[in-house]
Order: sequence, then structure tokens, then C-alpha cells
Amino acid sequence: MAVVSRGFKGRPRRADQGLPPGQYRTEGFPVLATGPTPKVSRDRWEFVVTTETGQKHRWTWRELLALPAERPTVDLHCVTKWSKFGTRWQGVPLSTLLADVETAADHALVHSYGGYTTNLPVADLLDGKAWIAYRYDGADLAPEHGGPARLLVPHLYLWKSAKWVRGIELLLEEKRGFWENVGYHDYGDPWREQRYQGD
Amino acid sequence: MARAAVPGRLTERLRWRVATLVEHREESAAARTLVFDVPGWPGHLAGQHVDLRLTAEDGYSTQRSYSMASAPDGDRLELTVQRVPDGEVSSYLVGVMEPGDQLELRGPVGGWFVWHPEDRSPVLLVAGGSGIVPLMAMIRVRGAASSRVPFRLVHSVRTPEDRYYQRELRLGQGGLDVGYLYTRSGPEGTDRVPTRIKAADLHRYGWPAEFEPACYVCGPTGFVETAADLLVDLGHPPERIRTERFGPSGA
Repeated sequence: MAVVSRGFKGRPRRADQGLPPGQYRTEGFPVLATGPTPKVSRDRWEFVVTTETGQKHRWTWRELLALPAERPTVDLHCVTKWSKFGTRWQGVPLSTLLADVETAADHALVHSYGGYTTNLPVADLLDGKAWIAYRYDGADLAPEHGGPARLLVPHLYLWKSAKWVRGIELLLEEKRGFWENVGYHDYGDPWREQRYQGD
Repeated sequence: MARAAVPGRLTERLRWRVATLVEHREESAAARTLVFDVPGWPGHLAGQHVDLRLTAEDGYSTQRSYSMASAPDGDRLELTVQRVPDGEVSSYLVGVMEPGDQLELRGPVGGWFVWHPEDRSPVLLVAGGSGIVPLMAMIRVRGAASSRVPFRLVHSVRTPEDRYYQRELRLGQGGLDVGYLYTRSGPEGTDRVPTRIKAADLHRYGWPAEFEPACYVCGPTGFVETAADLLVDLGHPPERIRTERFGPSGA
């Protein structure tokens, strides 16, 4: 039941193959966050994976940087409708970090410095689909974009790619994060336009 | 910490509704308030936004999010939209759309950057440019609820002509203080040299941190980064500062 808005022409049509439904292309890099940008020093930074049994696996900044890194070039899709193509990152794949973690958990709750959380299935962190990213476009990741390090899960809406990441809690049952608790989708696949609960 | 946007509606799909433009008002040279009639609108909280979908004759459609400016009022809903250079949707909303024209809309969306009239803490609203829109919804909800919670609004604009809602804010509300920061040129007789927001401005027009106000900061990314950092430096705990940012950053 498409309602036509009289006089609306829109931009010149282009073959935007990589554009999920309801998204538009942007060349800038908009910033979204719920509060002030946390100041996280690399000296004190740590990343902690906590399993369902309470076992903790920790990495310091130095230890993270010592791990083999990848340089993915990916498209980003934000639930606020913008998509940015061909962004270049450097980071450690989660499959590397989780390789020696013993767990039967299917669910993950990601925690950030500043208190932000977001949930996603563990499967979406594996198979080279997710990274702890610490460089963007050839430079250290700026604080407003999540530095020192952020989660990067580009196949889901960008709110899943938690900035200022500090750890991942592995859970047997799903626990909702910050936006998921106020009506945003538990999974958030841009290609299925899963913006809000019920989509 | 976070609350449900509208309790009980979490798992119900947010469906698209048809919105018909009833009237529009100019707020400044570049911004217009649009009043829509949205049959069946479920109501919203101050600070929430809606998704708009515009469809052209040939079936092409695109979506954008806009903050609501109005307090809940039955099927009526107001947005204030600033025209952005080369803005595909904003230039249509501000320059082309006329009463009787329609678009699709769904919401309300967002449950974090909201103010509830039951909240008793003093409120500090810090707006950069069109970032005032969701903050105005908070002021209007305060008025509609006859709330006596003390509010302060600090609005940073380039020139006096860039102020929105001038008449309504001049009329004011008891317990609402409004301070303007001009970044390019101020009116005759102002003692403040036009410049970007500084700690002294928040000291002068805001609340002391000891009052433990709830702070809401909205505007372009650079403004919000600066204002939120200043508030932290002035002693406001980060968890008392809620932010909403828009517009591209340099990357």
C-alpha cells in the first residue's frame, strides 16, 4: 500500500547493489552514542570474556595487539538509516579470541566502558564475521568512533558493533542489551530490515 | 536504567501509518514545523523520534528518522525539520510538501533520550541548532503536565534568526529558564562575545552539579562531544548525561 508523496522525486536513482532496504548512502561517518564519550586509557584497558561457568579470559592492550590482526574492508549499516561503504579496519577476529574458550553458550551480551550493552548470538561472532577493531582508515580508532577498541560486526546493524568494548559475557539464555531493552531488534539483520522488535 | 518506550508495546510490530500534512509553520529561514494528522497514533514520550518513508511516483522510496517536537495530542504530531544542503528528504519536507500531501510514518522509536514528567530531578537541556527539537518536546510535555520540575534550556545558535519556537519560548513557563549562546552574531547589547559553547556558559545558564540535574544534550556531533565533555568536567556524572547526535562527522 505504497502511499506516494506528491512532488517527492528523490535522488537520481543509482544501482545501489549494496544498500539494504530503507537505507541511504552517506560519505561521512555519523556518530551515535547515548552519553559522553568515555575516556579509556590503553594502559588500563582490558578485554574480558566471561563464560557461563564464570571462567574469565583476559587480554591487556599489549596482548591484544600481539595477536594476528586482519584488515577487513566492510560496509556499515546504521539503524538510523545511513550506510557507509568500503570502510577499512584493522582488528583481531573474535574467532581467534574465542578459540580457546570452552563454552556451550549460544548467546552473547557485549559490555562497553561507559555501561553500554548489546546482545547477539555467539555464532555471529565466529567464522571471521566479527572483530575487536582498533584501527580505522589507517589510524588509531578515534574515541568518538569507539576507541581504543570496538566490536565490529558489520553484517548486523551498527548498534551491535559496541564502541569502547570491554568484554563479552557468554550466556545459555538470551539477555537483552541497552537498545534491545527499549524496543530494538534482538538480531538486527539489515537485509531483513530488522530494526525494531517484531520486524 | 533504560525503560520501555511505551510499556507493553515491545513485541508488537511498529507498523507504517499514513500521515497527512495539516499545516506548516516557518521556524527560521531553513527550518519548518510540519503538523501531521496520523489516525490511530498511539502517543509518544518527550524525546522520541519517528521513521518517515517517502515514496516517489516511480516506486522509489527512502526513509529518515526525525525527532518529534510536540507533546502527545491525539492524532496530531509535529516535527521540525531543518533543510540540510543537498538533503533528499529535508528539502522535500521544508520546501515542497503542502497541506493534504501524505507520507508514511512509524513509531514512536527510542526509549533512552526521553523525559518522563514523573521524574523529579531538575533538568538541563543543552541544544545545538536544530538539536532543540526533542528538547522542545520535553518542555511541552512539562507544560502539558503542569509540572513544576525546574528546567533550564541552553540553546546554541548562529544568530538570533536561527532560534526556533521564539514566541512560545518568550511566553515561557514558570520554572523554565532559557539562555541563548550565539556563535556568529548576537543581538545588540549582549555582553557575551559570539563563540562556541564554553564551560562558563554552562556555569552561567546550567545547574550546578550538586543539584544533580538530568542533562540532555542534542545537536551536531561536534557540539554534543564538546558540551557533554564540558558537563563531565563541571562535575556532572556521565550517567546523568544523555546525548543524541546527528549529522556527519569528519570521520
